[in-house]
Amino acid sequence: MPSIKKPPVAHPSLQPNTLGLSLRDYEGAMSTLCAGCGHDSVTAALVRTFFELNVAPHMVAKLSGIGCSSKTPTYFLTGAHGFNSAHGRMPALASGAAAANRDLTIVGISGDGDSLSIGLGQLCHALRRNVRMLYLIENNGVYGLTKGQFSASSDVGSRSKKGEKNLQRPIDPVLLGLSLGASFIARGFSGDKQQLVALLKAALSHRGFALVDVLSPCVTFNDHEGSTKSYKHTRAHRLTVVETDFVPPAQEVTAQQEPGTTLSVTLHDGSTVRLSRVPEDYDPRDRSKVFSWLEAHQHRGEIPTGLLFLDEAHGDMHQMASTVERRLHDLPFEELCPGSAALEAFQKDYH
Amino acid sequence: MKPTDVSTPEYYHKVVDCQWACPAHTNVPEYIRLIAQGQYGDAYLLNRQSNVFPGILGRTCDRPCEPACRRTRVDGQPVAICRLKRVASDLREDISHGLPWPAKVKLGKRVACIGAGPASLTVANDLLPLGYDVTIFEKLPRPGGLMRTNIPAFRLPPKVLDEEIEMIVNLGAEMRYGSPVTSLAGLLKDGGFDAVFVGSGAPRGKELELPGRREGAANIHTGIDWLESVAFGHVTSIGERVLIIGVGNTAMDCCRTSRRLGGRDIKVMARKTRKYFKASEWELEDAEEEQVEIVVNHAPKSFVVENGRLRGMEFEKVEWKEDARGRLTSTTVGTVVLPCDDVILAIGQENAFPWIERELMAFDKWDMPVVDKVTFQCTHPGVFFGGDAAFGPLNIIWAVAHGHEAAISIHNHCQGIPVTERPAQGMKTVSQKMGIHQWSYSNDYNPSKRSKMTHVDLRERFKRLDIEVELGFTPEQFTREVERCLNCDVQTAFRDKLCIECDACVDICPLGCLTITPAEESEAALRERLTVPARNTSQALYVSEALPQTSRVMVKDEDLCVHCGLCAERCPTAAWEMEKFDLLLPYAGAVTGCQKP
Repeated sequence: MPSIKKPPVAHPSLQPNTLGLSLRDYEGAMSTLCAGCGHDSVTAALVRTFFELNVAPHMVAKLSGIGCSSKTPTYFLTGAHGFNSAHGRMPALASGAAAANRDLTIVGISGDGDSLSIGLGQLCHALRRNVRMLYLIENNGVYGLTKGQFSASSDVGSRSKKGEKNLQRPIDPVLLGLSLGASFIARGFSGDKQQLVALLKAALSHRGFALVDVLSPCVTFNDHEGSTKSYKHTRAHRLTVVETDFVPPAQEVTAQQEPGTTLSVTLHDGSTVRLSRVPEDYDPRDRSKVFSWLEAHQHRGEIPTGLLFLDEAHGDMHQMASTVERRLHDLPFEELCPGSAALEAFQKDYH
Repeated sequence: MKPTDVSTPEYYHKVVDCQWACPAHTNVPEYIRLIAQGQYGDAYLLNRQSNVFPGILGRTCDRPCEPACRRTRVDGQPVAICRLKRVASDLREDISHGLPWPAKVKLGKRVACIGAGPASLTVANDLLPLGYDVTIFEKLPRPGGLMRTNIPAFRLPPKVLDEEIEMIVNLGAEMRYGSPVTSLAGLLKDGGFDAVFVGSGAPRGKELELPGRREGAANIHTGIDWLESVAFGHVTSIGERVLIIGVGNTAMDCCRTSRRLGGRDIKVMARKTRKYFKASEWELEDAEEEQVEIVVNHAPKSFVVENGRLRGMEFEKVEWKEDARGRLTSTTVGTVVLPCDDVILAIGQENAFPWIERELMAFDKWDMPVVDKVTFQCTHPGVFFGGDAAFGPLNIIWAVAHGHEAAISIHNHCQGIPVTERPAQGMKTVSQKMGIHQWSYSNDYNPSKRSKMTHVDLRERFKRLDIEVELGFTPEQFTREVERCLNCDVQTAFRDKLCIECDACVDICPLGCLTITPAEESEAALRERLTVPARNTSQALYVSEALPQTSRVMVKDEDLCVHCGLCAERCPTAAWEMEKFDLLLPYAGAVTGCQKP
């Protein structure tokens, strides 16, 4: 069943970005995911994000593990670097890539299976290292690639397509990230691109590990009545905790700020995240407050979305490890590999 | 903005830009697909249903479809619709089985058609199979009207013309050649006709009354009369230096004909600049290819006649200024005399009805009969007009369209039904889905550029008057050209109740035609809110009912949709479906759908 390629025509009124690239230049191969998969919407949001942030495709590394989610890097940024790792091992690769070339924009795409089951340990440690990357979990609460078993993020009481109820408690990547000390935590929904693009832009501008959990319904195995991760259920129970606006570095923050409900956070690259309609009992900078607020609301079956927690003060992996300023591949061989004499001298310290 | 109503043909018809623009509403995408499948005869018959003269029009049509073609907006060049029609005509197999057949039972009603041009022939084509007796009066010895007299043989071979007229005459028309009608009152009184159709064209070339006109008359010709004389072999030569006055399509035929009759230095004289020329761009190009010079900003002043012989023409050189409202004003900057042997006047033509008694019907202030735009009936019941005779000079395809409508009126009139009671257009939509990624039309976008028509070598073509200049498309050319068609009749049909708002269609659409957005009161505001703002207001927006999950609406901007079907391919619930739209056009006595014959 071959599909045609997306016709190579674009709307004549669309303007290129500052690199002279069109939106279509940020696309990838035709998706082979099911028609209507939330992941394809996430892909479209990524395409728009990179286009609008004027990112040069060759300065991006796309990394993934195994699963439907992990196929998605193929569907955007054909001009970027990419590596498809073993199941759940994407965080290790991402750490390595970030260590070798600190100028790369690292994008890790994972799913609830890849990140919360087999790769849970990997996720936790990349997060502790505070690798500067976008870590995107396409969360659909089901093992879609193996035909619909419950995953580690399936909610208690959610029903499978055949009707069984899930009884095990889910792992919530947002609460997990909060408890492990993540410096940027957001949750989006594939069905709300406007919010998602703003979250992705902020995540890519954050210096550190940006965990973005995206509810991305599985249209084939988890979009039925009784599922808590269907399009319909997510729309009915979604709660936008904070409205997120991303303002690029050169642009002035002009929108009016209502005191008490609006909060602006300047990121390391000079861009600003403007959070509005923040509830009174909520503070996205206070980890314990966020934790209890989210827990209370999620307990009621609500699905809070938005930029939920942000800590710009925390140093990233390169800062903590005091690495060299330059990219490793720019270092001359003698510096990168000082020889056996230097190694011997170094090892003497351990005797 | 209210949800779009797609239950009547209007909305979908408008999406098919070519069919909407065609006065006869030819089902262009369907016949292009038939050509693609090698079914040339079927493509021919489908054309014939609506435009009656595919072979003739495939060479000479003014093609209103092409400027309207969506492909122009996508990649700058329309599909070569007109010349594909010629492909269907040239390559058709025996199609006699698909032609209308002579009536077995006669109705006993007699209809007179005045003039054997495209309008009258269309009326005859529609009425003869129903059992009417149709008599066609023609002043010339052969049928065809301006198709024979005004279109030179190097553009339209007489064989093509004869074949297509014969198809109609063979239905049993009584042809009265060499029989000009000299009195309509007489015909009505003594002819014994139940209805009369006037399709006598606009037979009078406009005159240019300037000093020297009478003295130089022997070498000053009226374009359409001169072309007619050439067509009938009465004129076989012209001087070496020829000036053509006017830049309409008749002027183009005059200059190119002159080129073949001995003209060496031929100038087409225009008062204004190219932007204001009446001739179609492609006819201008063809004339220029034949080394005809087109001279702009020259206004005729007088004919220069010496010793009773035309020596040249004097022109005023003018400059034009356009004001903010687009109005032109001219200033004369000098005069010039261009020597010449002959002048041909091609500055337009007009109607002339010296044979219609004015007391029979109302005439307007321009001395044109008052004709109803829908029924084509004048103020005398039972007398109908069509073609150039109705509203002044148009072109063949309009004459055909008028003929179909007039035939409906004549049928009504003869059956005692009010002529204002018009049969409605119908529609049929059929899903094109064949499999998960399979459609019964070629949905892949073909990036090829428009095929260029090849012409007979310049040295060859002037050897005889009737060497057809255009060679027609080669198989390589037309198999590529048919794939350029965007299949605009394969409509994106939307069922709002099925939509789960997953955004798959919005994300995949290559041209950003789709948006899911909160409903908006005004269309103008909605147009600005779309994925890509819809600024071409001549193209419609489709707006759905409120969607089930969020009560937002699905909006489609029709402007640049390439009908690739990816929205329907990526739709998990088949809320989007690709459906082929067939416009069912009413004809006299029957609703004949534009279906595959």
